[in-house]
Amino acid sequence: MIRRSLAIARTEWAITRRNRWLVMATLIMLLFALALTFAGSAPTGTLGVDLLTVSVASMTTLSVYLAPLLALMMAFDAIAGEVERGGLALILSYPVSRGEFLLGKFLAHLAALAFAMTIGFGTAGGVAAYYGGADTASFTALLRLILTSITLGACFLALGYMVSALSRSATTAAGLSAGLWLIFVVLYDLGLLGAVVIDDDGFFTKVLFPWVMAINPADAFRLWNVAASEGVALTTGLTGAANTLPSWVAPLSLLTWPVLALGLARMFFGRVEP
Amino acid sequence: MDEVLSISHAGKSRGSLRVLEDISISVEAGQRIALLGHNGAGKTTLMKAILGLTPLGDGQITVAGHTPGSAPARTTTAYLPESVAFHVALTGREVLRMFAQLSGVKPADVSPLLDRVGLAHAADNRVGTYSKGMRQRLGLAQVLLGRPKLALLDEPTSGLDPISRHELYAVIDEMAAHGTAVLIASHTLTEVEARTDRIAILRQGKLVANDTLANLTRRAHLPIRLRVRAAPDCAADIAHETAGARVNGMHVEMLCAPDDKMAALRQLSAMGDKVADIDMHLPGLEELYRHYATGEDG
Ligand SMILES: Nc1ncnc2c1ncn2[C@@H]1O[C@H](COP(=O)(O)OP(=O)(O)OP(=O)(O)O)[C@@H](O)[C@H]1O
Ligand SMILES: [Mg+2]
Repeated sequence: MIRRSLAIARTEWAITRRNRWLVMATLIMLLFALALTFAGSAPTGTLGVDLLTVSVASMTTLSVYLAPLLALMMAFDAIAGEVERGGLALILSYPVSRGEFLLGKFLAHLAALAFAMTIGFGTAGGVAAYYGGADTASFTALLRLILTSITLGACFLALGYMVSALSRSATTAAGLSAGLWLIFVVLYDLGLLGAVVIDDDGFFTKVLFPWVMAINPADAFRLWNVAASEGVALTTGLTGAANTLPSWVAPLSLLTWPVLALGLARMFFGRVEP
Repeated sequence: MDEVLSISHAGKSRGSLRVLEDISISVEAGQRIALLGHNGAGKTTLMKAILGLTPLGDGQITVAGHTPGSAPARTTTAYLPESVAFHVALTGREVLRMFAQLSGVKPADVSPLLDRVGLAHAADNRVGTYSKGMRQRLGLAQVLLGRPKLALLDEPTSGLDPISRHELYAVIDEMAAHGTAVLIASHTLTEVEARTDRIAILRQGKLVANDTLANLTRRAHLPIRLRVRAAPDCAADIAHETAGARVNGMHVEMLCAPDDKMAALRQLSAMGDKVADIDMHLPGLEELYRHYATGEDG
């Protein structure tokens, strides 16, 4: 089983490299991460944390936007595009199951994301540490950022496959992916903010709010990084929500999503007639 | 009898449309069957049903005794889709290597195949730079992977020039000689005539013919067309006597059954000088195909 998934993954990886996607994604991550690191270097003194911590805090915010975006951009074509090109019928005429096919795509895409994240955040973090100092805590925060970013990416890859399986064409899948990104990354938070304002420090704000927030994988990612590092929490000002939740909630949410979404993607993929 | 593909009473609906209706075909090892029919007749649908990619409504299909879509059925079946679009960023060799890995053939086996379909020189170029015919050849190369028991070729000649077509049929013959049962979907009888053992024709999802060309020709009983050029002012006479139709001032056209051919000719020659010339048009493959595929004559 894994042999056939690897065959798919190897091919997909070659495509990612060949069409410059890997290079572009890595460059984007690197440039943004570096820019934020240096733009954010001002408050170091006032908060009493090192530059790497500040950098990780800015990169956390960056990753909330970029990781889902990059993941969805890779994933939306995986099924709908393959059906459209007629390639899926041919691939499925071979003794490879739909699950193996999906797993192969996922492995390649995840590897590409992991590569871009590690190089991007790793380099920016390294530069920050070199110029502004670092300690074990801030290095741990950097490592956590990279790993959780990859997990967040995995989650949106899976959501992208789901959308791709539900769409009749790659164009539709692209549109739906954009909508998904907007909902999870922008609208969800806006909605929560609105609810908090209306609620005026009532039950919702005090009790429900952090939980509802943690359901969204993008927010769970943010909460996890903030809650786990005091320095990062200080610099992002998200301490309130993060501290009211038990520490396992955000990690559980972020780790459950990819599994759940992959399962759903596989289920919808099963109904696709190539 | 070594039956590789068995289709019995296969039927399928899409919405209110009956895309396959009570189709029964059996194909033995080494047989080449042409599957003909108009656009939308159901050829591709039938192939996808054989591959287990689309479910059947009624009836059943077995591939070498296995359920369509099951692992053993897929291992024994090769498929060439009607429009193959391999990823443009990959090279021909990479595409083929992936399929080889999926089918369990060793990667070392790929080069001779590329050579076999005449792609050796372009093996390491991207598919994006291939011509339509070259892509079709790449598609054919993957069909040859791992000696399938059954090959389903959906319009394999589309985009091929006459010489490439010839080569394609040589490849098909070779596969058949090795015992592969080959099902070839096509639009033209002319093309598959000499290259297939049996011809199956679909009309709006129904199997309207499934026999050898000789038997189909005999059974169709298509009329022979006689075109008679009349001497000046004699066209009306000839038309009257033979019950033929006047085409213009000079010609009369008449249809006669194959068995009545000599009688008609005798009648015409008895008219002496009135008849200036006779053209005899025997029903061709196009007419034969049209007879079965549309249900109308001539
Ligand atoms: N995915 C689909 N959804 C709905 N209807 C379909 C689908 N695929 C095929 N059909 C319908 O099924 C019928 C048979 O189509 P099919 O593709 O099998 O024809 P075909 O004989 O292969 O035609 P062609 O020579 O044009 O390739 C057509 O009426 C077509 O409209
Ligand atoms: Mg077709």
